[in-house]
Amino acid sequence: MSLISAKDMGVSHGKNHVLKNVTLEIKAGEIVTIVGPNGSGKSTLLRALIGAAKLSKGTLTRKENLRIGYVPQKLHIDQTLPISVSRFLSLPNKVSNETSKAALAQAGVGNLAQRQMSDLSGGQFQRVLLARALLGNPELLILDEATQGLDQPGSALFYRQIESLRETLGCAVLMVSHELHVVMAASDRVICLNGHVCCEGAPEVVASAPEYRALFGSGTQGALALYRHDHDHHHDHRHDHHGHSHDHDQTEDA
Amino acid sequence: MDFLDSFLVRATLAGLGVALAAAPLGCFVVWRRMAYFGEATAHASILGIALALAFSTSIFGGVLVVALLMGWIVSTLSGRGYAMDTLLGVMAHSALAVGLVAVSFLQGVRIDLMAYLFGDILAVSRLDLAVIWGGAALVMLMLWWRWSALLTATLSPDLAFAAGIEPRREQMVLTIALALVVAVAIKVVGVLLIAALLIIPAAAARPFAQTPERMALLAAAIGGFSALAGLRAAYIFDTPTGPTIVCVAAACFVLGSLFTLLRSPSSG
Repeated sequence: MSLISAKDMGVSHGKNHVLKNVTLEIKAGEIVTIVGPNGSGKSTLLRALIGAAKLSKGTLTRKENLRIGYVPQKLHIDQTLPISVSRFLSLPNKVSNETSKAALAQAGVGNLAQRQMSDLSGGQFQRVLLARALLGNPELLILDEATQGLDQPGSALFYRQIESLRETLGCAVLMVSHELHVVMAASDRVICLNGHVCCEGAPEVVASAPEYRALFGSGTQGALALYRHDHDHHHDHRHDHHGHSHDHDQTEDA
Repeated sequence: MDFLDSFLVRATLAGLGVALAAAPLGCFVVWRRMAYFGEATAHASILGIALALAFSTSIFGGVLVVALLMGWIVSTLSGRGYAMDTLLGVMAHSALAVGLVAVSFLQGVRIDLMAYLFGDILAVSRLDLAVIWGGAALVMLMLWWRWSALLTATLSPDLAFAAGIEPRREQMVLTIALALVVAVAIKVVGVLLIAALLIIPAAAARPFAQTPERMALLAAAIGGFSALAGLRAAYIFDTPTGPTIVCVAAACFVLGSLFTLLRSPSSG
């Protein structure tokens, strides 16, 4: 059963086409990761899925009353705004003390309820955001570079938490990350994005796909080889993964 | 009603009404870094006064229309090539200048410009009082009604979207509330000091608040106190009323800041 599906979706900021011809589908319970270089439209894609960015083309279908939990890329809370963790969780809808405690515990920060948001460390802050996303008992959890600002062990721990949440809650997870090796290990499916969907499939398939290598360099697994991004990477090869065949219009991209 | 016959009673009630509405709204102005927006709306209201005098309509109506127009133009133009502060700077001072020029064209109307720039709280009539409390009550109701949505949209527009809240609509609610406060506050503190009533009580309340709600209530209390004490001080020392009210609020801010400094000397 698909929770959310985009067909031929396009999003523009003014004359700038950030996304074009994006077709994707998220099924219940799967972990999908979106990778792509800076400016490839990853965040825009997520914002379109939650309804924060308008489509200029194509369609977006959500399962009826789909419960989405969203963890934004970064959230700046102004120093002038005093707000405790538990109050933050009760926005915009009031949740009971037990519910918010349970969510905080699930996110691994059960002891922070009374702290001020502005006093939290980066890792604690992200986990509170995660707890907030878990409140509505989501069917789909969307994370936008949720580990920005965390060190490697910290982000590895964070993603392990996500994986175990999927086990306990059974929710699908859609996330964006720069940390390719960490993320890809935890994913069922990887979508490589660069304005359009370059390639997608199981992590090991995508990691060896030429398009992926064109974007991220051919560094061996584990290395974060973000080499110079080449826009004219070749699509004219033949391979098949997950029944997805490449039929991009080569000139469109150049 | 004998009670309202005294101009001091009317002035007190007027000051209280404006302060109680302005302070909680001011919290949003502070949280969203809209201080300059409030300032710009207030300055633009001089143009509203000129228009109201030219067409012999009520000052309140003229100011409200211009303030709303200002808010609408700024919201529409922002994010189209100009930084917000540049845009507001252009709009605020243009509107103020055009307003002052327009006023000079009005023939046969002798107006006391000072009264509009700095307020004339002692001349508040019963009708003024009704307008002030009507507007203030409306603002408080709007804030009460939209509180959660406003707060969510203030924290993060994307979180608001994910929760089914339209941030632009909440921005509109704030713009309307701001226009209302400016329109009712002109009589009390005047165009130049309205922003002070918005921002200073909220800023003074910040060190003592742990939740947004408490900050709003505390700001309202500080604003109300400033109105009462300022009025009293102005009476005793024979000083201009509007500025005296703002001085009291500023003193509250200074005391609050000192208190925080003394409490945590390391973080200073």
